[in-house]
Amino acid sequence: MIFNEEFETLPREALASLQLKRLKQVVERVYHTVGFYRKKFDEAGVKPEDIRSLEDLGRLPFTTKQDLRDNYPFGLFSVPMSNIVRLHASSGTTGKPTVVGYTRRDIETWAELMARSLAAAGLTKNDIVHNAYGYGLFTGGLGVHYGAERLGASVIPMSGGNTKKQILILQDFGPTAICCTPSYTLYLAEVGEEMGVDMRSLRLRVGILGAEPWGERMRKEIESRLDITALDIYGLSEIMGPGVAMECIEGKNGLHIFEDNFIVEVIDPSTGEVLPDGQAGELVFTTLTKEAFPLVRYRTKDLSRLMREVCRCGRTFVRMERVMGRSDDMFIIRGVNVFPSQIESVLMEIEGLEPHYMLIIDREGALDTLEIQVEVSERIFSDEIRRLQNLERRIAKDIKDYIGITAKVKLVEPKTLQRTEGKAQRVVDKRPR
Amino acid sequence: MKVEQISIFLENKPGGLSGVTRVLKDAGINIRALSLADTSDFGILRLIVDDVNKAKKVLNDNGFAVGRTHVIAVEVPDRPGGLHSILDLLTRHNINVEYMYAFVERSGENAVIIFRFDDIDQAIQVLLDGGFTVLRGEQVYSL
Repeated sequence: MIFNEEFETLPREALASLQLKRLKQVVERVYHTVGFYRKKFDEAGVKPEDIRSLEDLGRLPFTTKQDLRDNYPFGLFSVPMSNIVRLHASSGTTGKPTVVGYTRRDIETWAELMARSLAAAGLTKNDIVHNAYGYGLFTGGLGVHYGAERLGASVIPMSGGNTKKQILILQDFGPTAICCTPSYTLYLAEVGEEMGVDMRSLRLRVGILGAEPWGERMRKEIESRLDITALDIYGLSEIMGPGVAMECIEGKNGLHIFEDNFIVEVIDPSTGEVLPDGQAGELVFTTLTKEAFPLVRYRTKDLSRLMREVCRCGRTFVRMERVMGRSDDMFIIRGVNVFPSQIESVLMEIEGLEPHYMLIIDREGALDTLEIQVEVSERIFSDEIRRLQNLERRIAKDIKDYIGITAKVKLVEPKTLQRTEGKAQRVVDKRPR
Repeated sequence: MKVEQISIFLENKPGGLSGVTRVLKDAGINIRALSLADTSDFGILRLIVDDVNKAKKVLNDNGFAVGRTHVIAVEVPDRPGGLHSILDLLTRHNINVEYMYAFVERSGENAVIIFRFDDIDQAIQVLLDGGFTVLRGEQVYSL
């Protein structure tokens, strides 16, 4: 179902002219209201009137997370605090949090985009939404909440944690949709199964899952354990929160970016060069409709690629492939660039492996070492040593073949690796710095 | 003729084994025979217990990966050459032993050896034809 037929199916030419009109307004506004942008544009020798086509966007400098930190907390807001009705902050796992503000209209825009996202997952006002994203500074909880209300669905404001209670609510309230991180759905499945609940017989029909990278194998695992359709949602607090892009249930292949509100570019993370469609690189967003906290060419550090092929759902918006990882999650082992997502996708190709793993990076003498810890589930357990050793060898060989690095594989007992309710931390770097 | 064995995955770390024995103790389960196979990183504990279903359940409840495998228990004459007579028979029939270990209790005058084969049915037939006594599960659990 399409929530906003007019905008979501806009012909590409009309969309481009809408984007250009809005881009000019944004550039004009940030130049005159945010000192940071005026300074950066002046340094780059670009004036707002130089933006005459969408291609001219490339003349503007990037904005980075560091810029947000340097202007902590409110330095990049383009409206006075009296016009701001809400503040959120990013999780700040790697330093100071970044603060984002919303005007009343921003909240409405966000609610609309979240409503579009839920509708793209097939939801209507007849659905009951179990919202297990955290409520608070994190944008997930309230973002989904307002969107579900805008759609007219019934929303259960569960927030995160208290997993046994969540299982009870899932059974008794009969929600038809669940919103949380993909790893948390598996955790719910695990806890529910331990409690003796048949997690496949719940009324749940669809999961709108995001806020951490995941892969196709994890999707299948979630879908089979909960008997739902699992869809990917994308967003980040700096740009708005959840609802920047959403996978449609009809196509189930890539996430439509709500391009009437954002311009997306993909760049080479090391050179900053804009890449042609189809090539993988770092996503860069420019907000077109945000009032309180507009961002121009914001580097997300999320890695993906764009797909221009027409989607069967009828939306004309470009699709991004599910996020493959973060450019700053990248680590270098013996000179090879490695993303945890690459290792995950190798592991997920091996039948029976659980999507729980840890990467331990260390140094022995002058040599970097990588240990991959993988949980032994009953599906891969054998009473014969050699079968388990063959499994270890197979994993190490696949990692070597596909990624080109030598890793030691260590099998660990089930359920001993960290299960996070938020973003999973899968890399431990013990190398001396 | 088949005996059910449970096997448990253990990381090589202090307290790993006692974690299992504590769970079994608390559930009142008696270990009838055991063997531990290990590598530098992990081990596999194989157990014959008096209540297989209960043991598997309580171990699962405590987060262990538990396998169930069929093995057979064979009476072996308790004298020099007793074990060899069995292995010799198996070799002549080209039957491969995956692993084996001894049972704690005797069955009358005989020792009891637990065997794991790839083709368990063929092995049982060969042993019976060779005149050996293969014990039933219930006999073994209550030895």
